[in-house]
Amino acid sequence: MKKALKNPGVQAFVASIICIILGLLIGYIVLLFINPQGAAESITNVIKNFFTWSKPKTQLKQFGNTLAKTMPLLMCSLSILFAYKVGLFNIGAAGQYVAGSCACLYAALAWGWSWLPCMLFAICAGAVLGAVVGILKAYCNVNEVISGIMLNWISLYSANTILAKVKEVASPYTMYITDVNPSAILPNAGLDKLIGNNKYVTIAVPLALVIAIVISIILNKTKLGYELKATGSNKNAARYAGMKENQNIILTLVIAGGLAGLGASMLYQTGYMRWECTQSSVPGMGFNGIAAAFLGGLSPIGAIFSSFFIQHITDGGQYVNTNFYSSQISDLISSVIIYLCGFVLFIKITMNNMIAKSEDRRIQKQKTAETAGKEAD
Amino acid sequence: MAQEQYAIEMLHITKKFPGIIANDDITLQLKKGEIHALLGENGAGKSTLMSVLFGLYQPEEGTIKKDGVEVKINNPNDANDLGIGMVHQHFKLVECFTVLDNIILGVEPNKMGFLQKKEAREKVLALSEKYGLKVDPDAKIEDITVGMQQRTEILKMLYRDNEILIFDEPTAVLTPQEISELMQIMKNLAGEGKSILFISHKLNEIMEVADRCTVLRKGKYIGTVNTKDVTPEQLSAMMVGRNVNFHVEKTPAHPGEVILDIENMTVASKVHKNNAVKNVSLKVRAGEIVCLAGIDGNGQSEFVYGLSGLEPLVSGKITIMGKDMTKASIRERSAVMGISHIPEDRHKHGLVLDYSLEDNLILQTYFEPEFTSSAGFLRRKNIREYANKLINEYDVRSGQGPITTARSMSGGNQQKAIIAREIDKAPELLIAVQPTRGLDVGAIEFIHKQLVAQRDAGKAVLLVSLELDEVMDVPDRILVMYEGEIVGELDPKKTTQEELGLYMAGAKRDEVKA
Repeated sequence: MKKALKNPGVQAFVASIICIILGLLIGYIVLLFINPQGAAESITNVIKNFFTWSKPKTQLKQFGNTLAKTMPLLMCSLSILFAYKVGLFNIGAAGQYVAGSCACLYAALAWGWSWLPCMLFAICAGAVLGAVVGILKAYCNVNEVISGIMLNWISLYSANTILAKVKEVASPYTMYITDVNPSAILPNAGLDKLIGNNKYVTIAVPLALVIAIVISIILNKTKLGYELKATGSNKNAARYAGMKENQNIILTLVIAGGLAGLGASMLYQTGYMRWECTQSSVPGMGFNGIAAAFLGGLSPIGAIFSSFFIQHITDGGQYVNTNFYSSQISDLISSVIIYLCGFVLFIKITMNNMIAKSEDRRIQKQKTAETAGKEAD
Repeated sequence: MAQEQYAIEMLHITKKFPGIIANDDITLQLKKGEIHALLGENGAGKSTLMSVLFGLYQPEEGTIKKDGVEVKINNPNDANDLGIGMVHQHFKLVECFTVLDNIILGVEPNKMGFLQKKEAREKVLALSEKYGLKVDPDAKIEDITVGMQQRTEILKMLYRDNEILIFDEPTAVLTPQEISELMQIMKNLAGEGKSILFISHKLNEIMEVADRCTVLRKGKYIGTVNTKDVTPEQLSAMMVGRNVNFHVEKTPAHPGEVILDIENMTVASKVHKNNAVKNVSLKVRAGEIVCLAGIDGNGQSEFVYGLSGLEPLVSGKITIMGKDMTKASIRERSAVMGISHIPEDRHKHGLVLDYSLEDNLILQTYFEPEFTSSAGFLRRKNIREYANKLINEYDVRSGQGPITTARSMSGGNQQKAIIAREIDKAPELLIAVQPTRGLDVGAIEFIHKQLVAQRDAGKAVLLVSLELDEVMDVPDRILVMYEGEIVGELDPKKTTQEELGLYMAGAKRDEVKA
């Protein structure tokens, strides 16, 4: 048992599980404080999410919704963790995601492009925003967190302004892609039939999973990954080894931006959601990506599971009993849990310390036993 | 046995780590008012022993006595209460604070939360007067020399009324002049009744300043000797376990064609507005070792940055084997033109510490077809084989072989890894900047042999060094750099350390034609 705990992979997994349990526990305590009556039921519903429904068919369909929304989150968390491996904290993923949303929606609604060009356009938009952060970082040494946050707001209000041209007259929402330009909707390729006829389950699902695997391979098996990680870990050594560290920084943020932009396309081009042109906060997808990246132990494969879990909890929030709690409670509970997900590293370190201490004690005991044995002789 | 007065005694200390016995029944007795040297190679257990003394580790066996009374040291605060203080190899000072602020840090004299700096200043000035520790209490740490920073560290210990002073390799960062000053300070301190533990592997310094010396080797206690009764050779044999050659064995050089030709190189300084390297011209031929000597901070680092491509030149021309490489990129210089560079700072430039040993061994060659397929995938199998080959050839020791994280390796083995990587590239020109900094005698001997072997194989070697012994022993030709200019060319066989010192200090200069 202890031996297994020393394995870094196992450690990451256990730490993530502990975080999840802690998060749920604190969420439950919050509910108890607000109103003890519905707490148990509500927290169970959060965990159950689509299982709250009684019919297996509905369950499957609801599962499809969660699945469809997991993919954009997965893209955002890949964006964050990819940059993180290169020593950059891409908090601008949120803004790159917004840029991607704006690009694919405008291309679909105003220009009538079909799905693939729209998707590529979204990737480009995210990548361009990433490039801005990268160029500022590489050549002017502007902290990527500062410029990223600023760009988040710039892209949000730009998107609001641009998308106002393709919004419905009577509401702040953009028009339905399904009505205006069905060719921009991502193809289902028969996947919807597998998941209870949920039309939101599209090729985005397999595509996102493949991209996660590709990112994992790039980071661990290729020359590019070797260079990027070296740059992130020690910029001076990378330069000494003749790597072009400025180019590497820009390239990283371009890739990270492209991933976040693609994430937006994977959500809006399913038709699941529409853009609200009056929103005054940056969509949480990019930020949740941070939590998903850390909960997944900063591994692309881990991110697949952590993204699904976080989306699962977020969706589960809507099943909190609104008789006892106000409707914002769902957001509160899921944010508490997501917040705790960021503690993975802390838990890992604590765990290591505890193992080391118990080891010490064991040695001490053995020694006393030995000396006692000797004395007996 | 006569009852000797010991300030601190560490008796039969044993400390084990998983898989290794770091300290195996080690005894160290420090007399009152003596300077006691602790000698041992990297990994001999010196640091562990000091960590035990400071309560950072609890030993499995053994006791610690202060003034003959057994004490229990559970954490560094206990050690501090017992009057034990330490000057670390890497200073623990706040750069943007003044000397005075640093000295009182943690024990600030105050009345109801208001600082009372006046008393502190008087005490510091009195102490600095008493022990000859010249400092400017109001200068900021970032503005003063390394020597003065070290004196600040010493004052920190004295301000806390520490009786037992530990110096951890204090001379590694100092110039020859500063070293002799420090030696004098240590003697003064001992004269005033302080007990000094001097951790070092520089035999000359131990012979000069220490009264007694305790030697450790591979975690074992070898013995304690009076320095009066032994020769440096004997000490070194105790430390390494065999006889070590101090003199580098080499045949006369047979310089061939010019490999490196630098004309009027000027490099800007990052620190001040003047140029750090001014109009330097020099040539290095195949089959010779040229040493660029000088006191730290006279433009040697910038010279190497300009030569290796890390910094752009302001003006000048660099030619290697007849090809102009003034504007070549770092990669071109390294991969195409055949320059290898053992960097000055192995942690800053030489290694990616979070990478495994094998990934560090391919840092300069990872893009070669041997290690990267045409599709851009790393050939892990080849990398592993190559790493194992270098590890065997250069005797790089580490916990888990090729997959050991570089960070967890000892300094000597990190350096060996870099040297293996740079020499195995089969360079035409090898630039070695302080290749033996912070290493023990055994490792130094190994590295010097490698440099001479490169020379004998007909390669050009440019050695940049601050160590006088190294400057005198290894090269075939010495160029002295002072304030960014080459002020003298010396023949190591004909010159003396004193003459070299005069050039290094700028007291003597010749017109040097490259």
